[in-house]
Parts: sequence; C-alpha cells; structure tokens
Amino acid sequence: MEKWILKYFTLIRVMIALIIGVIVTILMIYLISEYPGESLKYFFTGPLASKGRLFNILEMAAPMIFCGVAIAISFQADQFNLGAEGSFIIAAAVGTAFAVSTNMPALLHIPLVLIVAGVTGAVWSLIPGILKAKWNASELVSSLMMNYVAFYFSLYLINSHFRDLDAGFLVSLRLPETAVFGQFITGTRMHFGIILAVVAALWAYYFLYHTTSGYEFRQTGYNKSFARFGGINIIKVIILSQVLLGFIAGVGGMSEVMGIHGRFLWQGQPGYGWDGIIVAIIGRSHPILIIFSSLLLAYLRVGGQVLNLMGDVPAELVNVIQSLIILLITAEAFLGQWKYRITRRQAEREEAAK
Amino acid sequence: MNELFSSIFSVNFGYAILRVMTPLLFPAMGIAVSTMAGSQNIAMEGAMLIAAFFGVIVGAFSGSLWLALLAGIAAAVLLCMILGYFHLKLKADIFLSAVALNMFSSGITVFLLFMITGDKGSTSSLPSPVFPSIDIPLVEKIPVIGDIISGHNILTYVALVSVFLFYLLMFKTPLGLRIRAVGQNPDAAESVGINVNRTKMYALMLSGLFAALGGLYLSMGYVSWFSKDMTAGRGFIAIAAATLGGMMPLGTMISSLFFALVSAVAIYIASLNIPSELIQLIPYLITVVALAVFSGRALKGRREKIAAEDAGGTESVQEKNNTGDN
Repeated sequence: MEKWILKYFTLIRVMIALIIGVIVTILMIYLISEYPGESLKYFFTGPLASKGRLFNILEMAAPMIFCGVAIAISFQADQFNLGAEGSFIIAAAVGTAFAVSTNMPALLHIPLVLIVAGVTGAVWSLIPGILKAKWNASELVSSLMMNYVAFYFSLYLINSHFRDLDAGFLVSLRLPETAVFGQFITGTRMHFGIILAVVAALWAYYFLYHTTSGYEFRQTGYNKSFARFGGINIIKVIILSQVLLGFIAGVGGMSEVMGIHGRFLWQGQPGYGWDGIIVAIIGRSHPILIIFSSLLLAYLRVGGQVLNLMGDVPAELVNVIQSLIILLITAEAFLGQWKYRITRRQAEREEAAK
Repeated sequence: MNELFSSIFSVNFGYAILRVMTPLLFPAMGIAVSTMAGSQNIAMEGAMLIAAFFGVIVGAFSGSLWLALLAGIAAAVLLCMILGYFHLKLKADIFLSAVALNMFSSGITVFLLFMITGDKGSTSSLPSPVFPSIDIPLVEKIPVIGDIISGHNILTYVALVSVFLFYLLMFKTPLGLRIRAVGQNPDAAESVGINVNRTKMYALMLSGLFAALGGLYLSMGYVSWFSKDMTAGRGFIAIAAATLGGMMPLGTMISSLFFALVSAVAIYIASLNIPSELIQLIPYLITVVALAVFSGRALKGRREKIAAEDAGGTESVQEKNNTGDN
C-alpha cells in the first residue's frame, strides 16, 4: 500500500486537491444558494444531462488540450512561457488570412491552412526562445509582451484587411467551404479539430517519453546543470521547446476557427493561453493527463454555466475553485510531511529486513 | 494629420497622460520592488482588482473614504501575503501561484459583487465615495503647465511622490539594502544574517500596497464604481513598464509615462478612423527589444567577471558554478 502511495504520490496529491476543490464547491453552494440541493444537481449533473451539453464539454476542451499540451512541452523543459496565447491568436489570424485569399480543393486546403497557422505560431514563439537562449532574457516577460504584439497585430490584420464589411460587427471574412472542418458526428458541432487535439496530445506523449529529444527535454527540466554535464545541448532544447509550443498552440487557434466559428472573431484576448496553463498544471504537464484535465475543466465550466442559468449562484464560482485547486497542486510542500513520513517508514522497514 | 497634432499638443492631452499613467505606475513599482527581492510578483492584476472591489464596497457601506482606503490596502496586501506564504513556505512556483491568484481575484470579485448587489456587471448602483482631486496652489496659476499638472486626483500625486519614496526606501534604508541583497544573492544574504524569507515577504507586501493604490485609483478616482475585470490587463502592462524601466524607480516612472503616452495617442488616432492597433503594439515591441538589450548586457558583464576571475585563477570555481545557470 505504502509503496503504491509513493509511486503515485503526485497523482494522489492532485486527486486530493481536486477533492478539496469539490468540497469547497459544495460548501460555497450551501452557503449561498436558497435551494442548495437543486443547485448542486445543476452544477454536478447538469453538464451530463443532455447530449448538447456533453458535446459542449468536448468542443470546449479542444482548445484547452492544444494549449495545455503546448505549454506542457515547454514546462517539461523548464521554460515558463506564456506565449501560447499569442501563438494561438496570431496563427488564427494569419491562417484565416491565408485561407480566405487562396482557393484549392479541401483535401489540400485544410492541411495547408493548418500548416501555415502552425508555422506562424512556431515562428512567433521562436522569438522569446532565441532571446532566452542567446541573451538569457526572461521568457516569461518577453512572451507576455509578444502576446500583446500578436494580439494587436492580429486585430490590425483582420480589421484592416480581411474584415467582413457586411457582417455588422468586427469579424473576418468567412472561410471558404474548402477550409472548414467537417463534423465527425453529423448534425452536431463535433468537428475534426477535437480529434486533432487528441492526436496532438498523443504525439506529445510519444515525443516526450519515447524519443531521445523528449528525454533531453525532461532531463533539462529536471536538472539543467546535470543535463549540460551529460552533453545535452540546452540551447537546442530551449529553442525546440518554444517552436513546438508555438506550432501546437497555432494549430489549436486555427482549428478553433475552422471548426467552430468559421471566421476570426476575437476582439479581446480570448484567454486560451491561460486555460492551457491551468490544464497543464492540473495534468502535471503529462500530455495524456492533460486530455482529462481539459475535460474536467470544461465540465466545471459547463456546470458553472448551467448553475448560472438555472440556479442562483454565479458561474464565477468555477474561477474561485479552479484557482484553489491550482494553488494546492503547485504547493510542493502540500502533503509533503505525509510523503516524508511514509518514505522514512519504508526505509526503516527495508533497513530492518536486511 | 494636422488635426492629430493639434490634439496631441493640447493641454487636455497632457492632462490625460498623467491620468492614464497613474494606474500603471503603481503596479509597475510593485513589480519593481518584488523583482528586486528576487520574487517577481505577477499577481498585480489580481491585487489591483481585489483592492478596487473592496475599496468601493466598504466605501459605499461605511461612507468613509479612510475605511475604503484601509479595506483596499488590506485586501491587496493579504492577497500578496497568501502568494508569499505559498511561494516561501509551501515552496510553490511563484508564477503559477500568481496566475492562480489572478484568477481567484477575477472570480471572487464578480462572485461577491453578485451576492452583495445582485448585479454582475458593476457597482454603479452603489453610491461610493471617491478620492478628491486637488489643485496645487501657485502651480495651477501657471498657464499650460498648471493646467496639465494641477487638478489631478490626489492618488496621482501620491504615485509621483511614491517614486521618490520608493527610491529612498530601496537605496537609503537598511530594509532596501536587505531587499536588494536578497534579490541579488540569497545565499550570501543569508550568510550575513538576513532572514531571506521574511525580507521577501516584506517586499511582496510592499508590492501589494502599490497594487492596492493602483486599484483604488481605478475604482475611486478614474471612475467611481467597480466593474468586472476593470483592471483590463494593467497589472500585466505594468510588468512591461517595470522591465522597460530597468526595475529602477525613475526609469519605471518614465516608462509608465511612455506607455500612457502611447495609449493616449492610440485613443486619439482611433477616433480619427486610422487603425490604431499598430500604434498600440509599439510599446510592447520596444519592451522586448529593451529586455534583450538589458539581459544581453547583464550576461556579458557576468561573462567578463568570470573571465577576469579565471585569469586571477583563485576561488573562481564556486562562483562559476553559480553564475552559469538560469
């Protein structure tokens, strides 16, 4: 039992943080709601109550998976890059511009648009990577700045050059039919971007845990000095991790346009980069776990919406809960005493057995 | 174009820049002080928001400006102390905790707003006091300059005076020396008897105080109500301003003025139907370049130091190991 606890300690810690989050949610609803029983039902079972809401969870999770996986790759290499947001939006803008101004069969158009978007995102996040690798400039600050540059540049590109003047509000022209994702369940909004997100996560898992480069990433993140001593090219790792982050986030941005909206419509920062950080933290930067943490976050968000709509508790409850969960998960010392005691007892027992 | 220049060189424009600068300068100083202590506090956005909220709520229900001020400061400082507790005691990554606290503030303010007023957008239904504007005697009589400098909200002047106080604190007091020592080399600071965690906590609390004043200015000076996410990214822009200012008091003020100038120009340009987005991205681009230059210079300095020590030959091994990373 104790061996098992040690082996899965981080996972157990995450679970306990989630359980505390759920308990606090229940307490808060009891404190605030006039009819707590109903409200709890809305929040926890509401998202599963209809097909529409289930699909809602899936389509909401897709961009979270993209950004979460992108950020996880850079987290694993010990890079704290906020650039997923910037790559997401600028890739969506440039990809939209490319899709609108070209004309070819769908079989060619869709992959080409995705590649253009991914490369745009990659080039974008290459900038903080180079600054970090070459001059040791904080990737946190530079990527945050590049997010704003990306945002304003995207608005400029769309609003001044690819605006749909007939639309009545500030949006881009509609993507041609050949550059829009189809649905894998017809009649719903289950577009192929969702499948693409899962593929991206699976690929990232393979890359991080089953290739040499992935090993170098994790080694750099684990202990930079040791990695350098062992002959790993740290500069290559930093730059490659940023490129991958930008590419995946960029494909995620374009996939959102091609799957859900059919045009570029953001006039404020959409915040997917921040969502990506949340799911990456909850999923402990593990691509497969991120699929589940994204589904969980989307489930909570939909639950919050249902509660907001039907009950008497505001949806912002979810923000409070998710921040609490993240605080608990990131606190390395949370349950640290427990782990320490188990480790000690384990060692003493082994000692005695000798 | 003439229209543009005549509006930019007007008195109103100069006045507007100082007005826009205030909610940037406060959090920028908060970023600077925490960065000097080696624990950059990117929870400025959340701290401002929560101070703006509690200021208005307490002000509206008590009618007292002083209580509002106190409540705002207490809320933001408490938030930064929670950050400090998680970062220093529970060994959480300070950036991730700060991201969580920003989210927390954004959620809890709207949540409480709805619970208290039944409204999710703003507190415009609540009559809350505001910080007064003051005319500076004598200065207000000077043509043009008087019109630009005088008549601002009292917190604008507090911000300008704070720059000077901040300088005194950091460079003329023992606490300032300790904060800088802890930021530059915590091990060395510890070895001469400085309590590293406590010093960092003081710096974080100070950053909370600055954030509180910035937030209070927004909801009780700039406008007279709280609205959802009203900080609108100013806490993050402050990171840019502080970076561009080299984390120094005067530099931070000048860069905050620059950011204010650009956003004021962007507002005017947008009203002339010229795309303003390209103007708005300029300060961020400049910040990235400045960051690269600063970091490059710091790196070069370190390398030269190492080279010099290698030439000297003695006791350089330890130091080389320490400076090689990050």
